[in-house]
Amino acid sequence: MTEKKHILSILVDNEPGVLSRIAGLFSGRGYNIESLCVAETNDAKISRLTMVTAGDSVILEQIKKQLNKLINVIKVADLTGQDYVERELVLIKINAKAEHRAEILRINEIFRGRIVDVGLEHYMISVTGDSDKINAIINLLKPYGIKEIARTGSIALYRENQTKV
Amino acid sequence: MTKLTGSQILMAMLKEEGVDTIFGYPGGAVLDIYDELTRTDLRHILVRHEQGAIHAADAYARASGKVGVCLVTSGPGATNTVTGIASAYCDSIPVVIFTGQVPTRLIGNDAFQEVDIVGITRPCTKHNYLVKDVKDLARVIREAFHIARSGRPGPVLVDLPKDVSNSKVIFKVPDEVELRSYNPTYVPNRKQLSKVVELIKTAKKPVIFSGGGIILSKAHRELADLAQKTRIPVTSTLMGLGGFPATNPLWLGMLGMHGTYRANLSISECDLMIAVGVRFDDRVTGKVDEFATNAKIVQIDIDPTSIQKNIQVDVPVVGDCKITLEILNQMIDHEDLGNVEESREPWLHQINEWKKTTPLKYKQGKKIKPQFVVEKIYELTKGEAIITTEVGQNQMWAAQYYHFDQPGRFITSGGLGVMGFGLPAAVGAQVAAPDKFVIDIAGDGSIQMNIQEMATAVQYNLPVKIAILNNGFLGMVRQWQELFYDRRYSSTMFQHAPDFVKLAEAYGAVGLRATTPEEVEPVLRKALSTPRAVIMDFVVEPEESVYPMVPAGAPITKMLLV
Repeated sequence: MTEKKHILSILVDNEPGVLSRIAGLFSGRGYNIESLCVAETNDAKISRLTMVTAGDSVILEQIKKQLNKLINVIKVADLTGQDYVERELVLIKINAKAEHRAEILRINEIFRGRIVDVGLEHYMISVTGDSDKINAIINLLKPYGIKEIARTGSIALYRENQTKV
Repeated sequence: MTKLTGSQILMAMLKEEGVDTIFGYPGGAVLDIYDELTRTDLRHILVRHEQGAIHAADAYARASGKVGVCLVTSGPGATNTVTGIASAYCDSIPVVIFTGQVPTRLIGNDAFQEVDIVGITRPCTKHNYLVKDVKDLARVIREAFHIARSGRPGPVLVDLPKDVSNSKVIFKVPDEVELRSYNPTYVPNRKQLSKVVELIKTAKKPVIFSGGGIILSKAHRELADLAQKTRIPVTSTLMGLGGFPATNPLWLGMLGMHGTYRANLSISECDLMIAVGVRFDDRVTGKVDEFATNAKIVQIDIDPTSIQKNIQVDVPVVGDCKITLEILNQMIDHEDLGNVEESREPWLHQINEWKKTTPLKYKQGKKIKPQFVVEKIYELTKGEAIITTEVGQNQMWAAQYYHFDQPGRFITSGGLGVMGFGLPAAVGAQVAAPDKFVIDIAGDGSIQMNIQEMATAVQYNLPVKIAILNNGFLGMVRQWQELFYDRRYSSTMFQHAPDFVKLAEAYGAVGLRATTPEEVEPVLRKALSTPRAVIMDFVVEPEESVYPMVPAGAPITKMLLV
C-alpha cells in the first residue's frame, strides 16, 4: 500500500491538555505529523486543529478512529480527496543585496507575496498559499540565501455546499 | 443551600454513583478526604502499597460488575498506581482512580510530592482530569464514572489538588452526563448482521472466537445461545475465559501461544470466524499473515479501533457484544439453517479427532507437577472458585487446567501481563465476593512482587488462598531460555527465597507446604477448610514448561507439544 498525504481537520474541546493528548497519541503509536496548526474557532469552547499526516489507508483509518476515541475530540474530517481550500503562511527572511533586489521583488510579485520588513541587506517576505506554492517560492528564493523561515503549517476548510466540519 | 467542601462533594458523589467500597492509601495531599471518610459509611480497604490498591480495585470491578474505586495521595502515591492503571486499560476494566495533588498554586513548582500524574497517565487511561476548581468537581466525578463504565470500559483518573478538596462550594447533584464528543455505538448496523447470517448459512467450518468483551458486556448467555443453535464451536482469548462454559462440548479451549491444539487448528482450518469482543492480540494471532487464511472474518466490537487494527476483516460490526448477539440470534431464529446437527457433524468430528490425538497433557513424575496442582484445585472447588493469577507459567496453567463455566471467575492481568497482580486482585475479589473461594494461582517470583498485601488480607479477615507453584525459577522466562537460548538461564534462578510457610505465619496467616504429589490434595483440603488467609507452598518440578507453545512470531499451527 502506498503512503499518501492527508489533511485532517479536527474539532476538539478548547481545553488544556488536549493538544498533548493528540500529540501523545501520534508519538505513542508511531504515526507521523508533518504539520499541525491549532486555534480557537468562532465557538470559544472549540478549537480546530488542522493536521497534515501521511500513511497508507489502513494507518489512516486507525489514525482517524484513534482520534475519534479521544474523549475531547468532537469531529475528525479527512479533507483529502474532497473539494477544499488549503492555505499556509510563510515568513521568509532573505539576503537582499543590491544586485538581487529587483529579481527578488519580481518573484515576490509573481507569488503575490508582501514585503513586511526591509533592511539594507534583507527583505522579509510574507506569502500565503497551499503547501506546493510555498515550497515553490522557497525553492526560487533559495539561490539568494534564505536566512530564516517560519511556516505555519496548513489550515484548510471544505468549500461551501459540502458536508460541513 | 449549604456549601460543601470538595471532600464532602467527593463522598456525596461516590454515594450517588453507588460506590460502597474503595481501596486506598492515605498521604498528605488527601488528608482532608481521609478525614471526611470517617464521617461516611463507605468501606475503605487500607492496602500496603498503592499498586495493591489499584489491582484490588480492578479485581473488585471484575468480580462485582461495578466500577472499582481507588484513592491515593499525590506524587509517589499516584505513580505507584501507574502499572495497575495501565493493566486495567489493557484489559478494559472500569476503575476510577482519585489521586491527591499539591495545592493549585503550587502546581508546576516542583513542590514536595508533586508529579504531573495527568500527563503520566494520559496514554494509559481512557480519560483523565485535573480538577482546578471545586465548582467542577461534582460534574467531573459524574463524567469519570460514566466514561469508565460505558462503551469499552476503562480506567479514568481524577487528580484532586489539596485546595480543591478543602474549599467550599454550593453542591448540587449534576444531571446525567452528556458529552457531545463521546457516544459509544451500542446498537449494531442490521445490514452488517444480515451479512453475518448469510455467512453462517453457507459456512462449513465456522468458529466463534470470543474475548473479554463477552464478559464486560455480560453477553455470555447470548453467546451460548448463538453457539448452541448454530452448532458452532467456540474458542476464546485468555480474557474471554468463562464467557463460554468450558464443560460445553462445543468448547475448544483457549487459542494462541499456549492455546489447545484443536483451537489453533480450528482457527487455521475454519472458513468462517465470528470474532466477538476481541482485539487480535499478537499472543493470539501469532504470525498475522498466516492467521485464519481460509476464513471469512466477522468482527464484532464496541470499539472501532479494535477492528481492522491487526487483522483485515470481511464484515466489521460496531456494537455492544450483548446487544449485537441478541439481535443476531433473533435474526437467525427467522432463518432456516437446515439440520445443523447433521451439517456440522464432519467439522465437529474433525475437531474431536484433534482433541483425541493431541489433548492438553503433561507427564506425571516423582515431583509435583504444577498442572496437577491446578487440576486438583479445579476438582476440589468444583470449578466454583474465583481464580486470580500472577503472570507467566502460573497464569497459563491456570488458564489451561482450571475450566471456567461462568464469567467473572478468572481474574488475570491479560494485556499488560503484570507480575504481582494476583494477590492484591484476590484481596479485591474476596471483598466483592465474601462467600466464594478466592484462590491466587501464583509463582514464587510473582508472589514476591506484592506479598505485602498479605497484611491487608489478614487485617480484613479475607480468607484468600495463595497457591504458589514454587519452581525456584522465573518459570516462563526460563522456559524461553531453555527453548530459544540454549538453556542459558540468565538471571532466572532464585538462589535465595523466603520460607513461604514462615512468611505466611509472620503475616498472621496460615502457611502450608506440599513437596510430593500425595501431599497436594491434603494441603488443598486443609487450606479450603481454613476460614483464614492461607499460603500454600507447592514445591514443584523446577523445569516444567507450558505446552503447547507457539514460538513468538510463528504461525499458530506451529506448536511445540509435550
